[in-house]
Amino acid sequence: MAVVSGGTTLIDNGTLDAAVPTGKMTLLATQTASASATISFTSGIDSTYDSYVFKFYDIHPATDDTDLTFQVDTGTNTSYNQTITSTAFQVFHKEDDSSTTFEYKGNRDLAQGTAFQPLCQDIGNGNDESMSGYLHLFSPSSSTFVKHFIGLGTNVYSGDASIQIYSAGYINTTTPLTRVQFKMDSGNIDSGVIKLYGVGG
Amino acid sequence: MPFISNGTTILDNGAFQASLGSLVHIKTLTASASATLSFVHGTDGVVLDSTYPIYKFEFIDIHPANNDDFMVNFTTDGTNFNVTKTTTYFHDYHEEGDVEAGVTYNTARDVAQGTGDAFLTHVVGNDNDQSCAGTLTLFNPSSTTFVKHFISTVHLSESSNYANTSYVAGYCNTTSAITGVRFLIQTGNIDSGKIKLYGIKDS
Repeated sequence: MAVVSGGTTLIDNGTLDAAVPTGKMTLLATQTASASATISFTSGIDSTYDSYVFKFYDIHPATDDTDLTFQVDTGTNTSYNQTITSTAFQVFHKEDDSSTTFEYKGNRDLAQGTAFQPLCQDIGNGNDESMSGYLHLFSPSSSTFVKHFIGLGTNVYSGDASIQIYSAGYINTTTPLTRVQFKMDSGNIDSGVIKLYGVGG
Repeated sequence: MPFISNGTTILDNGAFQASLGSLVHIKTLTASASATLSFVHGTDGVVLDSTYPIYKFEFIDIHPANNDDFMVNFTTDGTNFNVTKTTTYFHDYHEEGDVEAGVTYNTARDVAQGTGDAFLTHVVGNDNDQSCAGTLTLFNPSSTTFVKHFISTVHLSESSNYANTSYVAGYCNTTSAITGVRFLIQTGNIDSGKIKLYGIKDS
């Protein structure tokens, strides 16, 4: 049965009419940390969408002064050690206005490295301290090009400051990526939510 | 006739009243040895007017025929892409061998009341596996009161084997409505890649 409203067909034969403008940012998965050593997204990352966005909501570390980081892998592999070249710069402002910085962060980039890529810097583990932000991963299923990513993390710095890390880079492989893992660079993710969206399609 | 479920109006007068998401796909252009990729309102299904207050372009694996820069320009008449712009441009970079890294403003790639094509990146490599990807957000292009702001972030695999991220923002210094946007490589074609145009509802 078709659903027609105001003379316009909106639904027919079980699907939305093609003329109906629908949103193209589709929530694929939500994972909630609870003293989690890692959070892995091992499905849903394929050629369905041209890009994928992870959003981070109030990532709270168990350990003070730690970073949320990520790595990727291919197929059903679980090593999470793909080769990455990346950039990172920081914007920083202390709560007491005693210090501000804008600088490249050579200790949060990778040069053909296989370590986890930091997405922020030194989150405090005070009860009200956390990190939020996003990671945009482009065309992970390409078998032709390297895979670009752009991230932004903003957090309460362990020394009571607002700090942002702008990170970006490429995963230097032409093998399709199928999975992404997040973890703190030390200790557990005490709490927080990570959502995965597909964009476009 | 409205379609009401459990007291909530789902459909009414030809439109959904329930939220269907705010990022609406408008048009995808796929490059194939293309000199330019242009989105012009009213052409080939492109909407770029007051329908949406914010438009977002997404660049997927833009691969140049030559090692060169990815660029943008705007039009108010659908034909001449030569709107006056003032922009800022900074980038950070990191060489694969860790030889060099930094973040810096780049005066060679900003625009001061220029009408030429504006840089969105440094030199994108044309090796088989090199490309660039990112976004450009255009705010309120149909305004006839204000200049038109845009913000772009693009990551590229630079020709000399750097990770390079370009942060560009600025305004089209016109109170005429922007009706089209054109993308190109500074010299040579866009060999392959996709550019997707979205409108952001409720923004």
